[in-house]
Amino acid sequence: MTATLLRQSKTFVPNRLAAPAEAQPLDATLPALLVEGVTKRFQVGRAKRPVLAIVDVSLRLERGGIVGILGANGSGKSTLIRLVSGLLTLDEGRVEVFGHDIEREEMAVKRLINRVSVDAAFFKKLSPMENLLFAARLYGLDAGRARVDAVAILERLGIARKRVSRPVEQMSRGMQQKVAIARALLTSPSLLLLDEPTTGLDPRSKLEVQAFIEEVRTDHDASIVLTTHDLDEADRLCDRIAVLNDGRVVAEETPNGLKRLVAERHGQEPTLHNVFMTYTGRSLDEDVEEETDDAADEAD
Amino acid sequence: MSLLAHELKASYAFVERNFFLTRRYWGWEVAFLVYSAAGALSISFIGAQLGDARLLLTLMVGAIFWNYLSVVFSWIAETIAVERWEGTLEYTMMAPVHRSTHLLGSVAYAMVYGLIHTAAILVAMILFFPNLATGNADALTVVTFMVLGSFSFVGIAMLAAILPLLYVERGAQMTFVLQSVLLLVSGVYYSVDVLPGWMQVLSRLSPATYAIDGVRKGLIDGVPVTELTGDIWPLVVMGIVLIPAGLWAFGRAERYAKRTGKLKRVG
Repeated sequence: MTATLLRQSKTFVPNRLAAPAEAQPLDATLPALLVEGVTKRFQVGRAKRPVLAIVDVSLRLERGGIVGILGANGSGKSTLIRLVSGLLTLDEGRVEVFGHDIEREEMAVKRLINRVSVDAAFFKKLSPMENLLFAARLYGLDAGRARVDAVAILERLGIARKRVSRPVEQMSRGMQQKVAIARALLTSPSLLLLDEPTTGLDPRSKLEVQAFIEEVRTDHDASIVLTTHDLDEADRLCDRIAVLNDGRVVAEETPNGLKRLVAERHGQEPTLHNVFMTYTGRSLDEDVEEETDDAADEAD
Repeated sequence: MSLLAHELKASYAFVERNFFLTRRYWGWEVAFLVYSAAGALSISFIGAQLGDARLLLTLMVGAIFWNYLSVVFSWIAETIAVERWEGTLEYTMMAPVHRSTHLLGSVAYAMVYGLIHTAAILVAMILFFPNLATGNADALTVVTFMVLGSFSFVGIAMLAAILPLLYVERGAQMTFVLQSVLLLVSGVYYSVDVLPGWMQVLSRLSPATYAIDGVRKGLIDGVPVTELTGDIWPLVVMGIVLIPAGLWAFGRAERYAKRTGKLKRVG
């Protein structure tokens, strides 16, 4: 099925998207993302001591690679993505995107990145086309070209042409997530930050999105940071995986390297599930249960 | 593409998006317009009931121009609040757009929307009161005060837009309270002379006080703009000071929100 989807993708997705006029070639020798010694603290309530959300994290993502970030809820995955997105300031350390410092060259970095978050953030009354057009203009794209590309990308993701003018709120969560991915891709990001992009999707949609992520990397020369709770997804897509626990990177290796580690050092079956349990001190089932409880609490 | 052209194009993104939103919420837009027209007419009928043509014009000017200023204020002040409600704030803040460009787009749409909205109310007023005596009105005075009032009000609205950045839960409510206080102290329907002393001090800090007073003098009494420097210079000073102050404060507030993680939560 995956192969079919990939074949379809070659047919439908434009290889050259509406690039911003001021786009400049990237230095191929520079890492797509360099995170060095990054720490982030939050003051929560009136507590005297700040909460450490990210502690001395370092990561390196080479151009064209996909790095996965695994961790339990509250481990700091989304905070790390926000730090790289420039949505949070760094307390310590530095972040570079293709050699551009995220604090000193904020605009240059913003032009190179885009993000898909776990909650598809849209103007719900607006249509996918209206939302994508807004994004295109923000990123300095030609509106006419962006309309054509938007339809092509949305169709590739299984959203029919007739749906692109209806309000996003009338779409299922899975479809909304696909629109979010289309919006990110429309701007041709060199570094794509995917924060649990397939959470809540049905198996077919999940496979479609995963195939699309592979295609984005292959055909559009994008480098990708992916946070996920889906260990099979991480295994399939990622070149390297970093495991976060309490804001710290407790392991970083290739998927097979991590599996080997738990087998050799801990005598366990070489699976990513065992990697997750070993390095986060909890099972994925516990994590999902906690997530469900949190959602129930919020609903209350 | 020159930097200016790029920024103008990006600011148009906000104009177009706000137009899309207005179009999608057209039912509410009609309801809001009817409510505003009904409010302006209700107040004007007080003047009609008393048979006082001057009072009628005074109330009408207050109702129409407050409608314009408040609509402009709301669109700008809710720039952040709307994105919080929709959950799009982080996405917009990530985009390669200067905050001044972002606000320019919001201001441009607010002014165009405000003019159209107010023109519709003006038409309703003319239909209900076709025999108004405005023969000696000075159009230049009216336009001058409307323009100056708009820009000085924009500065206050930019400052108000910061509140939802700083206060996730209560920020939007605070902007609403600020707008209410401006209505109360600006002499929209009465002379500020009738206010208690401490409120008269506040009235001098509101651009609406000078703008509406100037429009009334130009429209009802036909006073030329050259004789109204006492009302003009506060508006000019407020515009010059408040708009840059609003931009500066907005940048500081954004930095604070990024340091404390306040962009994330949806209020």
